[in-house]
Amino acid sequence: MKKKAEIVIVGGGPAGLAAAAAAEEAGVKSEDILIIERDGELGGILNQCIHNGFGLHTFKEELTGPEYAERYAEKVRQAGIPYLLQTMAVDIRAEGRDGNDAGKIKYVTAMNKNDGLFTVEAQAVILAMGCRERPRGALNIPGYRPAGIYSAGTAQRYVNIEGRMPGKEAVILGSGDIGLIMARRMTLEGAKVKLVAELMPYSGGLKRNIVQCLDDYGIPLKLSHTVVGIHGKERVEGVTIAEVDGNRKPIAGTEEYISCDTLLLSCGLLPENELSAGLGVALNPVTSGPVVNESLETNVEGVFACGNVLHVHDLVDYVSEEAGNAGRNAAEYVLGTGKREAASAAIGIRPGPGVRYTVPSLLRLGHMQEEQVIRFRVSDVYRDAALAVYFDDIPVMKVNKKVMAPGEMEQIKLKKRKLEEYPELEQIRIAVERAVPPKA
Amino acid sequence: MGGMETENRNEVNESRKRELVCIRCPIGCMITVTQQGDGTLGITGNSCGRGAEYAEKELTNPTRIVTSTIRLRNGKQAVVPVKTAADIPKGKIAECMDAIRDAELEAPVRIGDVALADVAGTGVDIVVTKNVEADMGA
Repeated sequence: MKKKAEIVIVGGGPAGLAAAAAAEEAGVKSEDILIIERDGELGGILNQCIHNGFGLHTFKEELTGPEYAERYAEKVRQAGIPYLLQTMAVDIRAEGRDGNDAGKIKYVTAMNKNDGLFTVEAQAVILAMGCRERPRGALNIPGYRPAGIYSAGTAQRYVNIEGRMPGKEAVILGSGDIGLIMARRMTLEGAKVKLVAELMPYSGGLKRNIVQCLDDYGIPLKLSHTVVGIHGKERVEGVTIAEVDGNRKPIAGTEEYISCDTLLLSCGLLPENELSAGLGVALNPVTSGPVVNESLETNVEGVFACGNVLHVHDLVDYVSEEAGNAGRNAAEYVLGTGKREAASAAIGIRPGPGVRYTVPSLLRLGHMQEEQVIRFRVSDVYRDAALAVYFDDIPVMKVNKKVMAPGEMEQIKLKKRKLEEYPELEQIRIAVERAVPPKA
Repeated sequence: MGGMETENRNEVNESRKRELVCIRCPIGCMITVTQQGDGTLGITGNSCGRGAEYAEKELTNPTRIVTSTIRLRNGKQAVVPVKTAADIPKGKIAECMDAIRDAELEAPVRIGDVALADVAGTGVDIVVTKNVEADMGA
């Protein structure tokens, strides 16, 4: 068992693979990189996302999840980057062997069947652990715990990898993309999907998924509805749904019983940051992902984050792009090639009204590329609105947007040239505002 | 939403009206398409040419890529994902799924392998979308 690497990447899904490939391309020797993956193959969740629509931005063609994953896995194999499968990272620590390099060396402890428990020493760590689905226990739905309740992703794994159907008649709670995709998948496999209930007054999924997964098959989407009861003791026999008011509380008298043997939950994804928290990485309470700067570096020096562990993405193309940046930045860190200008003060990026969070949330001019992409989600559905950018209190940019929704990630690009015009700048704020009226 | 349709096939001269949500970009325009008795289409609600193109195709020849899985013998996983190599008419999806359900492949399989040729008479092949090795322990 190799005990030393320059860069350890935790997670061999789309983020980890793209980060590894980019680090190697940036000059890190392949044997100095190590990917740790807990599943039996590379590719992460893409292996079960057998639907098409991946890669439109990256490859200009529509691939399925496994095909997209294979392109990056092949890059990693071609480059000869080592990876460990069925290996679980259980702890990451940052320590120095002596006073001078305190915190600079990372120790990643992992375990697998062949090597038992072992520790790898690294200069840099890239967090690429992805996310988990919000489970039933986090939803406070009363009722027994009968068989037949699955997270949408669990059902997806059963159907698409293990070849087993979770049930015959399903209700889906939550209109996240996995729920919508599974509504179609279950229908194609002969199940009856009775409806998708969504707590919010808008769907959390991509529009094309609502059209192609629900409308195509006549599956009703009930907005502002939730499941208030699960019936059945051994097996789900039905659920009670009800309409909710503006405060998301069920409205008495609107209850409706729907018989079904399966309830799928597609109620949001939570970045999986137990390892990050253990390492002392500061987390953003809104995203549950690490707080990062322009280099996607966390508050722990040499520890980078990318992909769904950082914030939940709706397109894997953006994950690959972001992870490529993390890989290149980690490479610069270990090779010492980065222009690490001393005493470069960090400018804070703060979400204003209508914006839930931003990634990154810190920007150091000295480390910035010519252009910096800021990604974020809005907190409601906005029509004919605008995204406004403020440098401290000075409005510097306003972009009209016809439609914005929480289900689709937004971005703005900041130019370094523009930032340099404001040497005293302390804070950048992004907010949703009324659209700029068209010029008369 | 996109599924709403009022149509009357018995009366040839009756105009058909359909409302759809355009999915060519995130704006999601609500497009109304009216087909006159002489077959011409009236498209309103779109904000660009791509919307008109989408609406016309949805009304005249809606097509979809179908993705599913096929049973796999002696593979490292029980099923292997597949897709139609090109989009097929929406009306052929059920027949395509029937063919997929009856099929079985033998591991190993590679991306691009033809699992079923000319599925449901569409002229389109069903191809494998994942490399799955044979399970030596099986």
